[in-house]
Amino acid sequence: MKASYALFNGLWRENPTFRLVLGMCPTLAVTNAAANGLSMGLATAFVLVGSNMMVAALKKVIPDEVRIPAYVIIIATFVTIADLALAAFFPEMYKVLGLFIPLIVVNCIILARAEAFAAKNTVFMSALDGLGMGLGFTWALTFLGIIREIIGMGSVFGINLFGEGFVSWIIFILPPGAFLTLGLILAFFNAMLSKKKKVQCS
Amino acid sequence: MELLLLFISTVLINNFVLSRFLGICPFLGVSKKIEVAFSMGLAATFVMTLSAIATWLVQHYILMPFGMERFLQYGAFILVIAALVQFVEMFLKKTSPALYQSLGIFLPLITTNCAILGFALLSALNGYGLVTSTVFGFGAGVGFTLAISLMAGLRENMEFGDVPEPFKGIPITLITAAIMSMAFMGFSGLIAM
Repeated sequence: MKASYALFNGLWRENPTFRLVLGMCPTLAVTNAAANGLSMGLATAFVLVGSNMMVAALKKVIPDEVRIPAYVIIIATFVTIADLALAAFFPEMYKVLGLFIPLIVVNCIILARAEAFAAKNTVFMSALDGLGMGLGFTWALTFLGIIREIIGMGSVFGINLFGEGFVSWIIFILPPGAFLTLGLILAFFNAMLSKKKKVQCS
Repeated sequence: MELLLLFISTVLINNFVLSRFLGICPFLGVSKKIEVAFSMGLAATFVMTLSAIATWLVQHYILMPFGMERFLQYGAFILVIAALVQFVEMFLKKTSPALYQSLGIFLPLITTNCAILGFALLSALNGYGLVTSTVFGFGAGVGFTLAISLMAGLRENMEFGDVPEPFKGIPITLITAAIMSMAFMGFSGLIAM
């Protein structure tokens, strides 16, 4: 397997959010603004890279029967590091993301990559895989956040786009907007992909 | 009275699935059939109520006396929940094989249900007492059961509908959830907390 494959796999081909539909809780909960989605994605990417490298390094030491609890402890350790670092350096963002930083522990993407990739590959490849998956998750969350922030508040990363006259659709930054936006985006990607397939067939 | 208010607000107003976004994976994954969805909800309620008590005890008698609640909480809670799920599974297998059969694969899956860890952390964050925390856990479970059963009922009927091709599967489920979530927002005026 090539290094570039491991890195780019997560960005589109196996994108955790848009293709595998994993880790939905933070995806829906924190994407009411672009900056929130970006920070959540980066925090998850940090945990993914760390836990992937640690699992790959320890794969010969961890007995097969207790591997899942061992992985969970490794993940919880990195989440605690991310949590304390965010609380110390970015207290504002930490307040906004709140509960969803500790909940990275139970994000299925991280355990899935530990089990499916890191347990079988070298430390270097696992780091690349974690980075690719993490950045794939980050761009997906930021993309959702940008769309919801534009429609819901008329701004991107807090910069006002439309001036005073814009009537914002508040519903898009409330919970229903999260479900609606993600549903429409997934349907859009499905439509695009099926069209592409038809062209290839003919 | 305060406990009743907390219960109602947890079930309807701050519904774990539809307004707090906790437990979305099973909500999307196992909501195709009503019976299955209801069993999942039942299992989650059971584990949530028990883990409310267990995590409270761990928080107040192990973590806090040693001043470790800031940096060992996540690891300790997830281990307690995983052990509890395993214990409940073994207990049910021995004492009530019928219930064990009907819950089946869902029990082990509950460990990674973020609603359980999320509620345990929320409860610790809010500094609830043992009784309040238990009621909160039970309410969260009931709210989860309500949301997932309603969704399963809607999806069973949607089987007969003419859903456009790209929307089939997860997208239409998400859009249905959006409408349900809007409906649940209507409850927000019910109690002034």
